[in-house]
Amino acid sequence: MLKYIIKKLLLMIPVLLGLTIIVFLILHLAPGDPVHKVVGPNATPEVYENVKRSMGLDRPLIIQYFDYLGNLLKGDLGSSILQHRPVADIVMERFPITIGLGVRALLLSFLIAVPVGIIAAVNRNKLLDYFAMTFALVGISMPTFWFGMLLLYFFAYKLRLFPISGYGTWKHLMLPVITMGLTDAAVIARMMRSSMLEVIGQDYIRTARAKGLKEKVVTNKHALKNALIPVITLLGMRMGWIVGGSVTLEIIFSIPGLGRTMVDSIFSRDYPVVQGSILILAASVMISNLIADILYAVVDPRIRY
Amino acid sequence: MEDIIKEDILEEVESCEPNFWQRLFSNKMAVFGAIVILILFIIAIFAPLIAPYSFDAIDLPQMLKGPNTENILGTDEFGRDIFSRIVYGSRISLKVGFIAVGISLVIGTILGALAGYYGGITDYIISGITDIAYSFPVSLLAIAFVAALGRSLTNLIFAVALVSWSGYARLVRGQFISLRNREFIEATKILGMSDVRIIFKHMLPNSMAPIIVLTTLEIPKAIIVESSLSFLGLGVPPPAPSWGSIMSSGRAYIMEAPWIAIFPGLMMALAVLGFNLFGDALRDTLDPRLKD
Repeated sequence: MLKYIIKKLLLMIPVLLGLTIIVFLILHLAPGDPVHKVVGPNATPEVYENVKRSMGLDRPLIIQYFDYLGNLLKGDLGSSILQHRPVADIVMERFPITIGLGVRALLLSFLIAVPVGIIAAVNRNKLLDYFAMTFALVGISMPTFWFGMLLLYFFAYKLRLFPISGYGTWKHLMLPVITMGLTDAAVIARMMRSSMLEVIGQDYIRTARAKGLKEKVVTNKHALKNALIPVITLLGMRMGWIVGGSVTLEIIFSIPGLGRTMVDSIFSRDYPVVQGSILILAASVMISNLIADILYAVVDPRIRY
Repeated sequence: MEDIIKEDILEEVESCEPNFWQRLFSNKMAVFGAIVILILFIIAIFAPLIAPYSFDAIDLPQMLKGPNTENILGTDEFGRDIFSRIVYGSRISLKVGFIAVGISLVIGTILGALAGYYGGITDYIISGITDIAYSFPVSLLAIAFVAALGRSLTNLIFAVALVSWSGYARLVRGQFISLRNREFIEATKILGMSDVRIIFKHMLPNSMAPIIVLTTLEIPKAIIVESSLSFLGLGVPPPAPSWGSIMSSGRAYIMEAPWIAIFPGLMMALAVLGFNLFGDALRDTLDPRLKD
């Protein structure tokens, strides 16, 4: 077990290094000259060269990359071209908002999806199953941001139950969390149903029934525990979708999270902020995948690598 | 004993083959999905005949009009006909979906085949890269790509391809590893066939079922990634209409003109639903073991 966890942790190193290379290259492949942006169009060639040197852009790319990596390890993500303050500060301010939204949505989706998946599986090929899975299929086919706009239109604008924009109270969080939670629940419910169906077909469930246990006990005690295992890994994987999806939702619901910051910075060509946001968002997804992998091995003793 | 097994297998093959389409289309969901996909193609191919207006025909006096007899799905902030824009938008969604998934299919299949067939150090390197690519958050990688290289249809297609090839590589690698030690593959090796021939003539055809299923399920994902990027303004530059970009402009007018955002989303949900239904049914018919 320990060996497996160490192996997984070691595997994270090349993954994270790959991420830093991609993020580093964004700045260097990006259209436009970053020095030009700092010095303005009327700078003399001398000023231009000086700034270029002070930004470290006159040195070979590979040296610049290792510089970047060294700074990163010190927690220095560079500084914003437009806001004139460290990117790390901006990220620290915005990132908790995105994660808070994501965790709430994930929680909601599991609370909905696990019971729905079980009910569908237990009533396989009956009306209830058919209903649940039709809704789930519609859920996975809808673009999340579109669903968000629909909810915003009906519940905030038409029914005036929630504020249309702004951020700060629980009321502002309701619609984005529901949007994300419901669309994600669709995916997890499908997974939960098939996982449950597979477990129900196993010999030990037949044994439990043969022992004369009540159907409720068989479902809740014997089947559910085992059926939940693969769904746990989804926890980490869904975090990736949620962080990705939160980019569009933060824009629709005007939430000042990191996803929105990233998109705004792409348009204002504030590339250090773009780099920092992508780095932190992607790293958080990868780390939650790692945690899910380890959790999976802990919960399922059959996993031995 | 062997004869009996052989007969059994032959019977199974015979009972499978001619009935494939029959079995597939005995599933009502598959029929629905196939019809949706077919209609989508017809709309995309005959867009100029179907759309009553051009997708960029600005008509300011008609701006922000709700659905009416002249503009059945209403107009946007420039008075452009939403219906016509959605019709033309299907071209971009299908183009991005099919080309991007096509590229990732080719790249992923080749890499997965090499890793699975040769094993050893080849497998180690390819699997390493694949696992790294696979663990990247899909939409963030696509956003990073477009942010770095600028927005255009080509970049959009490559951004989407960049995020979906690793799924193919993992799938094909797994298929090849399980095929590698089967008798009929060993027989081809004893017969002295070249590696290329074994891979393309014997192993790949035997891995087609899951590849086809993955493709029908990857296309709707690609369509969603495309529309999300377009929604963020990182897709195809205007005035070209993409369902995502129409919804994006509709966001600003969601209160006074909700139809701008609602109809393209509805169309997209229907398209994605069609592909998902067809893909699910195809999976159940081709290879019930793949059912998740």
